[in-house]
Amino acid sequence: MIDRSHIGREFGVHTADIEKGRLRFFAKATRESNPVYFDEAAAKEAGHPTLPAPPTFLFSMDMEVPEPFGILQVMDIDLGKVLHGTQEFTYHKPVYAGDAISFRSVVTDIYEKKGGALEFVVKKTSATNQKGELVAEMTRTLVVRNG
Amino acid sequence: MTAVNFDSLSVGDQIPGLVKPPITRTTLALFAGASGDHNPIHIDIDFAKAAGMEDVFAHGMLSMAYLAQTLTGWVPQSALRSFNIRFSSITHLQDRITCNGEVAEKFEEAGEKRLRVTLTAVNQDGDVKLAGEAIVALA
Repeated sequence: MIDRSHIGREFGVHTADIEKGRLRFFAKATRESNPVYFDEAAAKEAGHPTLPAPPTFLFSMDMEVPEPFGILQVMDIDLGKVLHGTQEFTYHKPVYAGDAISFRSVVTDIYEKKGGALEFVVKKTSATNQKGELVAEMTRTLVVRNG
Repeated sequence: MTAVNFDSLSVGDQIPGLVKPPITRTTLALFAGASGDHNPIHIDIDFAKAAGMEDVFAHGMLSMAYLAQTLTGWVPQSALRSFNIRFSSITHLQDRITCNGEVAEKFEEAGEKRLRVTLTAVNQDGDVKLAGEAIVALA
């Protein structure tokens, strides 16, 4: 059972650079067909200053830390028992190549279902750009299979 | 992209769907690298088996990226206010994901005309893999 005292635990701020090459790689890996996401000329034609980060990309940038699964180690959770339960994004400002996005996360809830066979860890993350503007908020629920 | 406007849409309207090719081990290897999610459960069959799974399986965020493409292929990304998804079941190798969306509600909020669009990603058997919704603001 996950120690409920982790509720409220904060994780140190980390910053990730939004890079064109990585955006193109993400577009390739997801078989994106909209050139706005991989062709800078098409992006500019569509009114963007450069390549935009697609809607789920900040989730990836939040993993750009030396130990992306460190949250699990801290809570003594086996990575092999973890599933992604829910993912929420709220958008405030666009994110483009060249931006530096800082992520700040907190564990907001831990609860169980099915008599503890499943446990849930909720992590909320805010993302701000280099101007200090809040660009997005993300909430992730991890499911731990204890069965 | 044909401009989509608020008044031309009704509750119950479908947004243009998206069919993706079957998910292969290569898909997962590329997505692991591009997404930065290097969890071995998605790319290392030995790890997956040791964890009690039959094989590696797809990242939920891969199909969420597909759903995002469905949205941004329909309206500019700047219209997107929120995007919330529940991962209902595991997506397996060779699953062919189809993304669909439907206008569920039209409302005004924060001085904007907004739509609530319900979203699903299903496999070739119609099994729901992801379900959720997005809020978009339209002129």
